[in-house]
Formats: sequence, C-alpha cells, structure tokens
Amino acid sequence: MKKSKLYPWYFAAGAIIIYTTLCVIPGIIGIGYAFTDWSAYSKEIHFVGWENFKKLFSADTNYMKYITNTLLFTAVTTVAKSGLGLLFALALSKNIKLKNFHRGVMYMPSVLSILIIGLVFTSILNPKVGILNQTLRTVGLDSMTQQWLTNPKIAFWSVMAVDIWRGTGYIMTMLIVGILAIPQVYYEAAGIDGASGWNKFIHITLPMLKQTLAVTIVLNVLYGMKVFDMVYALTNGGPGHTTEVMYTAVFKQFSQGLYAEGTTISSVMFIIMVVTGFFMIKVLTKDEVQE
Amino acid sequence: MQTKKKAINFMKNILAWLISLIMLIPLVLIIVNAFKSDAEALTLTLSLPKEWTFSNFVTVIEKGKLLQSFLNSLLYAGCATIIVVLFGSMAAYIFSRRRDGTGNAAYMYMVLGIVIPINYVALMKVMQVTHLNNSVPGIILLYTATQLPFTVFLLYGFVSKIPVDLDEAAVIDGCGPVRLFFGIIFPMMRSSIVTAAVLCFLNTWNEFVMPLYFLNSSEKWPMTLAVYNFFGQYEKSWNLICADILLTCLPVIIMYLSCQKYIVGGQTEGAVKG
Repeated sequence: MKKSKLYPWYFAAGAIIIYTTLCVIPGIIGIGYAFTDWSAYSKEIHFVGWENFKKLFSADTNYMKYITNTLLFTAVTTVAKSGLGLLFALALSKNIKLKNFHRGVMYMPSVLSILIIGLVFTSILNPKVGILNQTLRTVGLDSMTQQWLTNPKIAFWSVMAVDIWRGTGYIMTMLIVGILAIPQVYYEAAGIDGASGWNKFIHITLPMLKQTLAVTIVLNVLYGMKVFDMVYALTNGGPGHTTEVMYTAVFKQFSQGLYAEGTTISSVMFIIMVVTGFFMIKVLTKDEVQE
Repeated sequence: MQTKKKAINFMKNILAWLISLIMLIPLVLIIVNAFKSDAEALTLTLSLPKEWTFSNFVTVIEKGKLLQSFLNSLLYAGCATIIVVLFGSMAAYIFSRRRDGTGNAAYMYMVLGIVIPINYVALMKVMQVTHLNNSVPGIILLYTATQLPFTVFLLYGFVSKIPVDLDEAAVIDGCGPVRLFFGIIFPMMRSSIVTAAVLCFLNTWNEFVMPLYFLNSSEKWPMTLAVYNFFGQYEKSWNLICADILLTCLPVIIMYLSCQKYIVGGQTEGAVKG
C-alpha cells in the first residue's frame, strides 16, 4: 500500500486544525490588530500605523520596565533553579536513605497549581500573621522581618524566590535521572587513571548531563517569559508596577478594554518567540535528530 | 577514608531532610490550619489545632461552591485529556511515519506551539467569531489546543521507536489505516499514552489563565478560579481558605501519589536521552 493511503493526513487533521485555529491564528491576526486603535470603547476600528509600537517603546510609558522585569525574572529564576537543581542532584543522587520519599516531596510543587502556590505564599509572607516573619521574631531576628510583598525594593525578589522554591525540585529530579543513567564504568575507569572528583564532574558528569540541562533550561526560559499565575497571585504587579511582567500587563489592558495595546505587547512576544523558537525547538528535539 | 565517606553521607542525608522540610512546610501549614477554629487560625502557625474542626470543609463546600467547580474542572480536564490524547497520538503517528517529507515540517509546526505565546486579546476575537467565548466546549477546545503541542512532542518520541516493519506486516494481513493504528499502534503506545494523559490532566486541572479570560459566569468556573475568588472574599478567614485550598489540591495530590512513576518517568524519558 502506498504511504499516502496507509498514513492518511486526515489522521492529523484534528490536531492541526484545533492548534492552528486557537494558537497560531490569534498570534497572526493579533499582529494586524496591533496597528489599530481597537478597544472596548469604540465600535469602529481604525488603522493607526506604528502608534502602539511607539507607545510601547516610549519613555513615557512603563512598558520597557515590564519587559526588563520579565527578562530579569526569566534570567534569575532559570539560573537559580538550574544551579540549585544541579547542586542538589549531585549531592542527593546516591547514598540517600528514603530516597523515594525525598524525591517525591521535592518534585511535588511542580504538579501543584501555580496559582494556589502563590496564594499559599501570600499567607506565608504575610508580614503580620505569616509564618516567615513569626519565625524570625521567635528566634530574635526581628530586624530581618520584612514587608515581603509590599516593599517595592524586595517584592520582586520575593516573587522570584517563591518561583525558585517551586521549580528547583523539577530540575533536580530530571538531573538525578540523568546522573543515574551515566554508566558507572566511566567513573571507575577515570578513578583508575587517578582523576579527582572535580575532574570526574567536569569531564564525565557535566557532558553527560548536557542535553538534560539544555532541555530544562529551555523549558524554564519559556516558562519565565510567559509567567503570569505566580505574579498575579502574589502581587498582581504591585506595589506600583515594580513586579509587573508582560503578561500581567496584558491582562490589565484586556480587563480595561485596551485591546490594541494588549495585542501589541503580545505580538512583540509572539515575534520574539517565533524567531528564537526555532533554536529552542532544535534543542528540544535534538536527540531525535541524532538518531 | 571510610569515616570521611560516612560523614559525607550523613551530611547528604541531613541536606535531603532539610530540603524536604522546606518543601513540606507550606503543605503542613495548609493542612493543620484547615482544621482550626476561626479564633485559632487568626495567626498562621504550624501548631496542631487544639480541637480538630471539620465544619470548615462543610462551610467551604457550601460557600465556595466547591462541588460545582469540582465537577467543572473534572469535565474540562477530562474531555480535554481524551481529545488531546486521541488527536495527539494520531498526529504524532502520522508525523513520524511521514518523517522524510512534509511530516517533519508539520511536526516542527506543531512543536512550535510549545514555544509561541498565546495572544489572549486576539484569541478573544477568534472565540467570539467562532461563538466559543464563555462556553464549555470553548474552554475544552482551548485546553486541547494548548496541550496538543507538548503531547505530540512527547508521543512522537515513542511512536518513532515502533518499527515500520510492523506496519508492513499488518498491511499484508489486510489491515487498513484505521485498524492498523487503533488495533496495533495505539495499544503499543499504552505506557506513553498514560504519561501524556496524566500530564495533560494535571496541567488542565491546574490551569487558571484561560477561564480567567474566557469564562465570565461563575457557575462555569473551574476549581482554580473558584479558589482564587474565595481567597479574595474571605481574606481574613485563614482556616476556611486553607480548607478550600486543601480540597482543591487533594485530587492533584492523590493523582500525583498514584501516578508518580508515569509523571516523573515520562517526562525524564522525553528529556534524557536513552
């Protein structure tokens, strides 16, 4: 039987149609709407040229701040999660009693709703009744108590810390599986040659973990760029836009009916991600290419 | 040497307990406070409740409309998971079998969905035109659309490993494309299908943004949105909030405990080579 008959395209049609209609088409028509004055307040939509983009990059608006916040969030959380994840994975991959219990507990935050984690931490970080400040007071560190989520200087760092709490266990688990998959003979051979622990790490462990690390880093960058739930639950962008990221800004514009501005930010994101996306997909699908 | 090794292992175990503790504190906090009386839960502490109050859960189920939102979540996540697994596995199969030609391009196009962000504002326009806005089928299709790319990515890896010789043997035995896929290939993908289904279910159960944008009527809200709303209404009643959160997380925790090997195993197989 011919390939076209045995593997008919209509098998893939359902997936392609749903995905195209609800993910790709909005992205593309959104770019068109970015050149209009579309809003909830006027019935007609007019073409306005580059007006929205000018607003986005002008010094009078805060948008650049939201973009840099998003990039900062992405960079800090990705580096911290990967670094801590690697450190913990190296320390905890072997010789741990009750290892299944520990791994189960550390992975758990990644299956919980991000929104709910955010809500739980608003209570933990509550300056009056929250357990963090209470504990600090109990041990006599009153000076370290903070308005964790309302002090403009530290609010964004608190948000990032909660996200690091949430995401480190996931990377650690992935890396532990990667470490355990490295054949023991490599280390034995290196040991016979007199390699130090550090050399073993640099020349065996790290190269063998490269693909896992690359994939988790890409997934974390993608998560960071699109972050919404965590910020929305913890601070909703406040105090005074200090923790505002792109997607909380988009939601605010959407709720205010400022559709054109919302779609402009989304379009900038869309274009950036499609362009860099091919590189990221290469990383994600690398093992298939090699086969 | 031996004592040094023992000391290091001891330290490692301490570290493991320390991290686990940091991970568990929020959960324990929620559990103990969910059983406290109003007066006791004014400040959030890790101390055990003086008397275990179970009425919080009854209050929450009534006031927070938990039953309705639980059923909504179940409906949305369940339907989306079935559609995603069905369409996703069929698409992954076609893409992998037509790898040399357009199949690969179509696969790349699909996987691009993991990367590209959703333009929610323009999506609203599409939802209005297709009459899907603020409707149950609409939210299910949205979940389906957002979960399909990762599912296809996950299943593609597995279906590629099923040898093509098998297809040819089946054809000689007189199998058509439909029987070939559903009778032979699909059952062989069983373990990866379970992984994909569990991940899809958890992701859609936890999803919050789509209903926030596209479901206006509160009787259609899933649990995440209901709990967020409840949190705003009962800001000071931590015992009720904790009870609400606990009930909302319970299905996920149960699912996690029972399907742990599929969740972790399936994801790492996608990311770790070999």
